[in-house]
Amino acid sequence: MPMSEAEVFEKVKEALVEALSVDEDEVQPEAKIFADLGAESIDLLDIIFRLEKAFNIKIPRGELMPDNLLNNPEFVQNGVLTAAGVAQLKASMPHVNLTEFEQDPQVNKIMDLFTVQTLVSYASSKVNQ
Amino acid sequence: MRWIWIDRFTEFEPGRKATAVKNVSLAEEHLHDHWEAFPIMPVSLMVEGMAQTAGILVGQARDFKEKVILAKIAKAEFSDIVVPGDQVAYHAEIQTITADAAVTAGTVTCNGKPIGTVDLMFSHIDQNMAGVKFPEENFVFTGQFERLVAPFLETGGG
Repeated sequence: MPMSEAEVFEKVKEALVEALSVDEDEVQPEAKIFADLGAESIDLLDIIFRLEKAFNIKIPRGELMPDNLLNNPEFVQNGVLTAAGVAQLKASMPHVNLTEFEQDPQVNKIMDLFTVQTLVSYASSKVNQ
Repeated sequence: MRWIWIDRFTEFEPGRKATAVKNVSLAEEHLHDHWEAFPIMPVSLMVEGMAQTAGILVGQARDFKEKVILAKIAKAEFSDIVVPGDQVAYHAEIQTITADAAVTAGTVTCNGKPIGTVDLMFSHIDQNMAGVKFPEENFVFTGQFERLVAPFLETGGG
């Protein structure tokens, strides 16, 4: 049976509250996981484990966040994603809205792409596929 | 000096769960200042005791080939104090283990009574540091740690 986005959001919220020790009302769809909710890199793994358990899904390495993108000179030059890099990011993260990022694709803004909504969209696509 | 905050394993099921005990003694120097008039076992050292219990469990699950580093204290809650003469037991269970990391859930008991919860996350650092090279030898699991668990890993009655 398909799961509604609201149901997915509730489970994602629970995972984030537990993993990041944030208040429930801080977990809004537009909240950035790193900048707003204070996550550090290790928290991403913690969040992945909690989502896997909550939704009974497998999240393969590199699927939620592409690996091998940032250290490839074809994709990154002078701290900015090349056209090929943006295309690669789009292909590997279909669950992320890149419209704004594409205007100024700086590497140090990639983390801001991870919002609560990103996780909700990703989890929805996994449980309802 | 030995930075070992568990005395002995009393249970060790490879890849699943383990229990280690720690006997708290007034001969331990850290209790003399914490506090002189009312010595109690520091909670931070009980978190370390759980990290050693769970960390050895996680390390053994990969045959001590990975360098297992405590990455995150997801939860540490204690409801009572521990004083000299008490025996603390750390019960750790693996919740998740992957190539990158492991998550453990832990309960702390004092003389058999539950007094705390310590949930931890460990990183297999060689898999997680984006190409940063660490020494070949495993500096996490030294002989001291392996000897603690050795009695549970010997088979064939040896």
